[in-house]
Amino acid sequence: MEVIVRYFAGHRDITGRAEERFTLEEGATVGGLWEQLVARYARLSGYSGRLLYAVNQEFGLLETELHDGDEVAFIPPVSGGS
Amino acid sequence: MKTVPFFQITDQPLDPAPLVALVAAPDMGAVVTFAGIVRDNFGGRPTAYLEYEAYQPMAESVLATLAAQAQARWGTGVIAIHHRVGRLEIGETAVLIVVAAPHRHEAFAAAEQLMDQIKQSAPIWKKEVWADGASEWVGNEIERKTSSEF
Repeated sequence: MEVIVRYFAGHRDITGRAEERFTLEEGATVGGLWEQLVARYARLSGYSGRLLYAVNQEFGLLETELHDGDEVAFIPPVSGGS
Repeated sequence: MKTVPFFQITDQPLDPAPLVALVAAPDMGAVVTFAGIVRDNFGGRPTAYLEYEAYQPMAESVLATLAAQAQARWGTGVIAIHHRVGRLEIGETAVLIVVAAPHRHEAFAAAEQLMDQIKQSAPIWKKEVWADGASEWVGNEIERKTSSEF
């Protein structure tokens, strides 16, 4: 199955792109996908444990199971407001 | 006339007047408007400008969810929240939270709680561009605050 990952703020600077497709095995989770991202982009590792997770624009968990076509976002520390 | 949404992420300048009109009602004796304004420094380091981005449309739905929670907790009337994205100059408004309530206490409390929660969970990011040309994405805003700013 294939999912699309959206990158924001510092993550977009590190990866050099706004989104990326990943091919995953059935049963893959948000946490497993994050491990793949860190393996590909070592500089993302500093964000481990400081993220919010979204699947199809709803908050999720590391354990959330992914499905074909899902949109996944690893939300770096947010800073809305002035 | 253009309809004003209750929750919006926009790259256009923010104006509180339409939001106040949106939430006002005859039984609402208080309307609190909080405006977050771009400051010219952080911790004494001069700022040139700020750059905001948001995960859309999730950011708008998070604002709506937080407002519904605040409305239920404090018993307010309706709430409107607009947040701006893109490049913002010093003195411009980054966020507006407008809360109507029967009495002022609930309106102030809800507005303050909402601003705290937006800073914790709304997928919106701010890049601080310093006057010396360096820049950085701001994270963990709550931790970054010095105690005197609370």
